[in-house]
Amino acid sequence: MKVIELNKNALSSNDADAEILRGELKEKGIFLINLMSAAGSGKTTLISRTITDLREREPGLEIGVMEADIASDVDAAAIEALGAKSIQVHTGGCCHMDAVMTRESLEAFGAFEGSPRIIFLENVGNLICPAEFDTGAHLKVMILSLPEGDDKPLKYPLMFAESDALIITKMDAAPYFDFDIDAACRRAKALNPDIAVFPVSAKTRDGMQEWEAWLLEKAEAL
Amino acid sequence: MHEMGIIIHLAKTLEDTAREEGLVRIGSVTLRVGEVSGIVTDYFEDCWNYFKKRHPVLQDCRLIIETIPAVTRCSSCGQDYETVKYGRECPYCHSGETWLVQGNECVIKQIEAE
Repeated sequence: MKVIELNKNALSSNDADAEILRGELKEKGIFLINLMSAAGSGKTTLISRTITDLREREPGLEIGVMEADIASDVDAAAIEALGAKSIQVHTGGCCHMDAVMTRESLEAFGAFEGSPRIIFLENVGNLICPAEFDTGAHLKVMILSLPEGDDKPLKYPLMFAESDALIITKMDAAPYFDFDIDAACRRAKALNPDIAVFPVSAKTRDGMQEWEAWLLEKAEAL
Repeated sequence: MHEMGIIIHLAKTLEDTAREEGLVRIGSVTLRVGEVSGIVTDYFEDCWNYFKKRHPVLQDCRLIIETIPAVTRCSSCGQDYETVKYGRECPYCHSGETWLVQGNECVIKQIEAE
């Protein structure tokens, strides 16, 4: 037997697949957003509100949502009701999406045919594994909801370090929780100075405009 | 099971390597795993032993894990210290302005093959 030195990252095959997928999507003018958060942070509510608002701004805009979940299709039904295309991706017990799974889902979705133009990948609900696997998305956005606490950047640093934007949801509940928004921002920025922070309430619509304007700007810059 | 996700990609990289290098059997793979990479090595080995059976070239492949110690550096006083023992706060000057130098890796170091 001979020894062959590799010195490769164990996830290098995924990173390579992700880079190829990102390029192919860009060529077709498809903007993919990897949305990550813990379970129950309000991902589906935020996406629903965002879809409604974006379609108000740009009536013809085609939006798709890929819901990655261990099981069930409750979320997909809620999205379809808004006129967006949706597909449920069951990860078969896997706690995250990787580039190959994302490609297969996009193919099942018919996304490579050119429409929809903006696609949200709603990743599996947890703050650990999704941060480690590049899906091929152009933008990584994470959600932290108020009830989860302002200490989360200290507990799940990789997620905050990897994300392009942090959306703090359920701001309407601020009077009931001891969430220090300045501390949360400071801790997130210490890990990632470039992270964009958007405190929002999908219920009262406070802060939604800033997030949506930023998102459209990124989509146009693709 | 985040370990399973990594194993799937590891197996794929090894199969690609075997094809490129014309290898018929990989006897062992050595991984260097950081102390704070979040990988539970016991689970990792269980996943590996289950998954390798699906790949003829990996059937008898042993998984050897070398640990990379986690080291944190303090931006305020410039000292290095053990991450696992002291965490985020510098034990010398008690600053919180610290960053991880190493310990988050999962690298395929080498394989033994024929």
